[in-house]
Amino acid sequence: MTAVELPGTVAAPPPPDGDLVLDVRDLRMRYGTVDVLHGVDLTARRGEVLALLGPNGAGKTTTIEILEGFRMRSAGELRVLGVDPARGDERWRARMGVVLQSWRDHGRWRVQELLTHLGSFYAPYSTDRVRRPWPVPELLDAVGLAEHARKRVSQLSGGQRRRLDVAVGIVGRPELLFLDEPTVGFDPAARREFHELVHRLADLDDTTILLTTHDLDEAEKLADRILILAGGRIIAEGSPDELSRRIAGNAEIRWTRDGDRFVHSAADATAFLRELFRQHGDEVQELEVRRPSLEDAYMALVYEQESGARDGGAARVWQQGSQE
Amino acid sequence: MNPTTVAVRAGFRRGVIELRNTFTNAQDLWGYLFPTLILVVTIFFMRGSTVPGTDFSLGARTLPSALGMGLAFGGLIALAQQLVVEREDGTLLRAKATPNGMLGYLVGKLTLMSTTALASMLIQLVPSLFLVDGLRLTSAGAWLTLLWVAVLGLVATLPLGAVIGSLIESARNLGLVMLPMMGLIAFSGIFYPINGYPGWLQAVAQVFPIYWLGLGMRSALLPDALAAVELGGSWRHLETLGVLGAWAVLGLVLAPVVLRRMARRESGSRVAARRERAMRQVF
Repeated sequence: MTAVELPGTVAAPPPPDGDLVLDVRDLRMRYGTVDVLHGVDLTARRGEVLALLGPNGAGKTTTIEILEGFRMRSAGELRVLGVDPARGDERWRARMGVVLQSWRDHGRWRVQELLTHLGSFYAPYSTDRVRRPWPVPELLDAVGLAEHARKRVSQLSGGQRRRLDVAVGIVGRPELLFLDEPTVGFDPAARREFHELVHRLADLDDTTILLTTHDLDEAEKLADRILILAGGRIIAEGSPDELSRRIAGNAEIRWTRDGDRFVHSAADATAFLRELFRQHGDEVQELEVRRPSLEDAYMALVYEQESGARDGGAARVWQQGSQE
Repeated sequence: MNPTTVAVRAGFRRGVIELRNTFTNAQDLWGYLFPTLILVVTIFFMRGSTVPGTDFSLGARTLPSALGMGLAFGGLIALAQQLVVEREDGTLLRAKATPNGMLGYLVGKLTLMSTTALASMLIQLVPSLFLVDGLRLTSAGAWLTLLWVAVLGLVATLPLGAVIGSLIESARNLGLVMLPMMGLIAFSGIFYPINGYPGWLQAVAQVFPIYWLGLGMRSALLPDALAAVELGGSWRHLETLGVLGAWAVLGLVLAPVVLRRMARRESGSRVAARRERAMRQVF
């Protein structure tokens, strides 16, 4: 469980191979007298998918906009694709893709036309390793818009429009892709196709992806690592599995015996059950074991952060975790 | 190939695509034809009236003046309007997220705006010619003057339009610019000579490009004899060149600074906030 880091612990120094696509240390943002980010640390390696979760107003959008180079930070050490975003030039810009919430632009353009046009800006930045731009017919296939290529953008449905946004985000074959709530308005089939696309980008093209979402199920499916941002700092970080096990801690075991209900919480559910059956055998009825879900973990963490309760469950688990 | 060259070319293509989109859109086409309709009606009602002090038709004098006004309007307001709207719908942010996208966007916009301004001029000129006599339509010199005034007019007004569009935050505030423009048109000698106006009003009018664009167009299309009833009794080409040139320099110096500042501040949350504000105002 080494990937789960305590808040405030110092991350390992960057490896010399420069595999670190995102390297953020102590990022701070202040608007007037209000601190929005109080020292965010995060790193991402090539091909890694990171999900940034957090309640509204936690600073997700601010963080992403700073990393995209669209907003100036107040303080902190930042390297995005090896470059400080405040000094990123067009060559740097060509290596990343941005999919923001709710675009409504270019309504009169045809889908194919828009992708060809925006793609053409990337051609001078093509390298032997990364051929830019992505050929439009292939790209349309990849996002499932091939049959709508000749349509005007304003004629697309909400989900199709969103897929076009994603297509625009990846037309330059980015090494780093920012996705801000990418699947809002998707039907389940479109969502699944989108998830496949994200896996494909990360696995085949080695694209590093930072996405924000409110959908915990989506974060669990897509992300290698989840970062929970609340109150302007990263309050937890780890794989979906680690987070849910670590933070919500114990599994909950319910059963009945002689008509009485029992509830027990155990870190090692299997060992507990073995002992339970050894003692009571067939008397144990209606057995139910519930593992903590990512949602439980998320709610526990955010609740604790918001209520400021330092003696809450999550803190206890943090301690347990660090002793293991 | 050089990224800048690529972006400029992409910008031209962008302009061409947008031209096709605008000239195949019914609402836009109506927007181009409407001023012509107004002009034709105006000229119709001016029949029988003459330019004071001459026996030359007032309608024939109004036609070139209105062309000049249209050019100023196209350069100042139409571009500003597009910038405001496209900042709101995310087009500009999209350009910013693309390498050299802002350059491409601007080249595209200039291609679009200058072509539509010149096209609008032709759309107004051609039907009106059936209503008026006495214009110097067969003189090559007339067309040459018309060309340089039109081009200089665009160079003088488009950068200013970009500045206005960058400074205005929402489409509703465009009215703040429209109203003074209307006032300016009223005393810029477009529909009636301003010789009888108080001196200070004449002075104010001569500070702004609209007066000079009207004068320049008149100098191109009207017979030379009519120069006598202009202020100063001449077409004052040097002064036209001077004033329009000064506005061009001012615009070209200011526009990059203001545009860069506007672009730098653009981000996803700003677009979202602007849209939310617009929604609140609608409901």
